[in-house]
Amino acid sequence: MEPFTVHTGTAVPLRASNVDTDQIIPAAYLKRITRHGYEDALFAAWRRDPGFVLNDPARAGATILVAGPDFGTGSSREHAVWALQDHGFRVVISSRFADIFRGNSGKGGLLTAVVDQAVVDRLWAASEADPATEVTVDLGARTIAFDDVVAPFEIDDYVRWRLLEGLDDIGITQQSAELIDAFEAGRPAFAPTTA
Amino acid sequence: MGRTLAQKVWDAHVVRSAPGEPDLLYIDLHLVHEVTSPQAFDGLRAAGRGVRRPDLTLATEDHNVPTLDVDKPIADPVSRAQVEALRANAAEFGVPIYSLGSAEQGIVHVVSPQMGLTQPGMTIVCGDSHTSTHGAFGALAFGIGTSEVEHVLATQTLPLTPFKTMAITVKGLLPEGVTAKDLILAVIARIGTGGGQGYVLEYRGDAIRALSMEARMTICNMSIEAGARAGMIAPDETTFTYIEGRPKAPTGPDWDAAVAYWRTLATDDDAEFDAEVVIDAGELSPFVTWGTNPGQGVPLSGRVPDPDDLADPVEQAAARKALDYMGLAAGTPMRQIGVDTVFLGSCTNGRIEDLRAAAEVLRGRHIADGVRMLVVPGSVRVRLAAMAEGLDRVFTDAGAEWRGAGCSMCLGMNPDTLAPQERSASTSNRNFEGRQGPGGRTHLVSPQVAAATAVRGTLSSPADLATA
Repeated sequence: MEPFTVHTGTAVPLRASNVDTDQIIPAAYLKRITRHGYEDALFAAWRRDPGFVLNDPARAGATILVAGPDFGTGSSREHAVWALQDHGFRVVISSRFADIFRGNSGKGGLLTAVVDQAVVDRLWAASEADPATEVTVDLGARTIAFDDVVAPFEIDDYVRWRLLEGLDDIGITQQSAELIDAFEAGRPAFAPTTA
Repeated sequence: MGRTLAQKVWDAHVVRSAPGEPDLLYIDLHLVHEVTSPQAFDGLRAAGRGVRRPDLTLATEDHNVPTLDVDKPIADPVSRAQVEALRANAAEFGVPIYSLGSAEQGIVHVVSPQMGLTQPGMTIVCGDSHTSTHGAFGALAFGIGTSEVEHVLATQTLPLTPFKTMAITVKGLLPEGVTAKDLILAVIARIGTGGGQGYVLEYRGDAIRALSMEARMTICNMSIEAGARAGMIAPDETTFTYIEGRPKAPTGPDWDAAVAYWRTLATDDDAEFDAEVVIDAGELSPFVTWGTNPGQGVPLSGRVPDPDDLADPVEQAAARKALDYMGLAAGTPMRQIGVDTVFLGSCTNGRIEDLRAAAEVLRGRHIADGVRMLVVPGSVRVRLAAMAEGLDRVFTDAGAEWRGAGCSMCLGMNPDTLAPQERSASTSNRNFEGRQGPGGRTHLVSPQVAAATAVRGTLSSPADLATA
């Protein structure tokens, strides 16, 4: 995974709450068995509406999605993270994320920044007034900056460290192999097996 | 200070704990299906890693599978490729698998409990958000993403930050005709789709204690719809009776040791929850959704709400968008909403008790003209049990379609879908836009309401039939 330090890009203001993962990527696209190639699937149903914000040519190349509260609810599909990344997004900003989506984002290197809804409102207004508005997301300093606004964002310390370092979770866990062996040796005899 | 059920199960699985880092938790059971696993197995292959404990891993085919012609190859080549990838991965990595055609095949969250694999005090994960179902047994069970699937396959552990705990105490007893589905829909409407975020919910109180295991699974299943990571119910005699004698249940001295341990798991009297919600069971009635998230629900006796009456501007906008999508006018009585499709099934309501409840309503009746009803057992075992009781005949005599086991119309990934603008009464768990097919409109209901709705053609409860 590539380290994430500071990212500057333009934004897509998505004025919707409860954006569930069925909207981010409809189930029909989950039949693929690859890890990449989901850019066509992102918001596939909503993109059929010519007025949908992602269809605005002024948003081409934007890398920061700014959404209403409860972004990523519903299904655990990690394809939602992959589709956002394949489309070019590096950061999603919201006042509240669903837990599984946020966990998946951290694993895949997509930064989810939690800010006050007031900051989301200001960023929506700024980006709608001028789509070229640049937003800088500084993971080290935990801030997002645009126009004359500098606002803090919230992210778990450990996830932040992993993103900054670009570390692979499995590699970290395998350093604890002896502890896993020891735990396994002490499991109760009645614990079931699938074999 | 005492500990909650969730804390006890967590503490018993900590492999490693260090300040400022997530705990490393041991996973007792990892359930796998075809949709969220292929990229995880690919990751293992690329890194030269194996599956650490194939004997604690179980694969089944459910999301993609057709519920008609199940003895023929899957017609959709993309679905077939995904199912075949799961079979190849299971064979390569030595993971037990229940494939289409096996007597043990079915929805992953129906299969594991019916085999007796789901037991109190376990940690259970699956690349599926409805893994919360297994919490009905007092297991800590939650959905994970594909990166985490790969992590569990490789290490049988997961790094996790402790969840907060929320008590959902349901006082009194559910009135006659009010089901577990009505209860959980009312809970979600009360606390909202984000209300459980970061929490493990523990359902408590007399109303919960009086419920069967099937009903408890319905409740825990939909914890995720309130944003919670997991839902749990302390194990009791109902739990032990359900597990005893099942293929994977402990036997002999192991059974006694297991039950003795399971009895220690209930939340201590002096334990404290981070939050608590109290629900009066006596105030509940059949509950249905009107909108496009599971929190947008009202009693069946109610009306489609007016967005202007909502205080929060974000909710107001969401309600307007939902009404537009659903093709509904504010103020319409819920009972006047007509449907063309009824779906009975899913990991929420596809168990034998659900089929019995719906069959009881349909016995001697016929579904309305212009309505199609799909009855999809959650597993092959449920299907066989229902047929042994003659329920299949009740459904087909009533004009419903009797199908093979799978996720079916819950999620629009297999041939069972709604056409654009078709409207369903569905016993599944999500009424999101397009969930049951692009443009499809979903009302979440209980099995009893589903059956009564099929008979009348409009959203109805069995009580409406008696007076008809």
